[in-house]
Amino acid sequence: MGWIGDTVDSIKSIQIRQLLTQVVSLGMIVTSALIIWKGLMCVTGSESPVVVVLSGSMEPGFKRGDILFLHMSKDPIRAGEIVVFNIDGREIPIVHRVIKVHERQDTGEVDVLTKGDNNYGDDRLLYAQGQQYLQRHHIMGRAVGFLPYVGWVTIIMTEKPIIKVRFPCDMDCLN
Amino acid sequence: MHSFGYRLNGLLTFAVTILALMCVIASLSDNLNIPSPSAEIQIMNINWFQKQPKGSDEVILTMNISADLQSLFTWNTKQVFIFVAAEYETRKNSLNQVSLWDAIIPAKERAKFWIRSSNKYRFVDHGKNLRGKEFNLTLHWHVMPKTGKMFADKIVMSGYSLPEEYI
Repeated sequence: MGWIGDTVDSIKSIQIRQLLTQVVSLGMIVTSALIIWKGLMCVTGSESPVVVVLSGSMEPGFKRGDILFLHMSKDPIRAGEIVVFNIDGREIPIVHRVIKVHERQDTGEVDVLTKGDNNYGDDRLLYAQGQQYLQRHHIMGRAVGFLPYVGWVTIIMTEKPIIKVRFPCDMDCLN
Repeated sequence: MHSFGYRLNGLLTFAVTILALMCVIASLSDNLNIPSPSAEIQIMNINWFQKQPKGSDEVILTMNISADLQSLFTWNTKQVFIFVAAEYETRKNSLNQVSLWDAIIPAKERAKFWIRSSNKYRFVDHGKNLRGKEFNLTLHWHVMPKTGKMFADKIVMSGYSLPEEYI
């Protein structure tokens, strides 16, 4: 019974105030990171303002591990823009260049075909079964700027579960 | 305050902040550059102009492309991606852009060039509207920096048209 008494004593001696201060500080850090992330989502108008390049299909322009800054404006989608899009049923976004645009007279809706700079053929193989073109609602944003190498942190964290750290879910899930 | 952990943390934070600042300044310096590119495209020959079995028109043509894009390069430029797109209007679509050819220019020395090539990508319409169609050929370029903001612009060359009948 002696060790129960010791455990109770050691619990009583933890300074509640210090513990609470630490918990609140941690909460503040996590919350301000979340605020910055959501604020960026508002400003850039895109669900995911920053993405990490995961494949080599846009080399030598974008290498695996680069970070892209996205922006989504109401401007129409035009050939040559680098867009990030989601295929129905796949969760990983793809970053490729638009090579064909067909915009309808009446509705203003667009059909868009994309291709990775380093790929031989266009992306029709990646699209869903029977899908020939992308529409505007598939596109999450246009790439407007980039930073090299910084994305390796995210790649290491998501691909090596041993080092996985609990960050606000948005940052990891959307990459 | 003097343990190894604290010092390493302070050092890393400082290093990352300075690096981020350098990236921003590098990107801002790109704005000082005022580019003055020039380009010319001639269509040498229409090799093939037929309706595909599925129904859409297809064109194969040979182009002479000459351009001088050296003024686009700055010290912060990694590469310039250029492509030629045919742009035209049809009854159903207010704008069609079809990329015909593209290239990556990795360095300033290679930015002044002349090339004769047939279209790399298939010039296929969204229908059967290409007979006698007038179209523009636009040379687009996309300056991809070593770090920072990307710039894109284009030169529009108009006055090209396709034959009235299938070849």
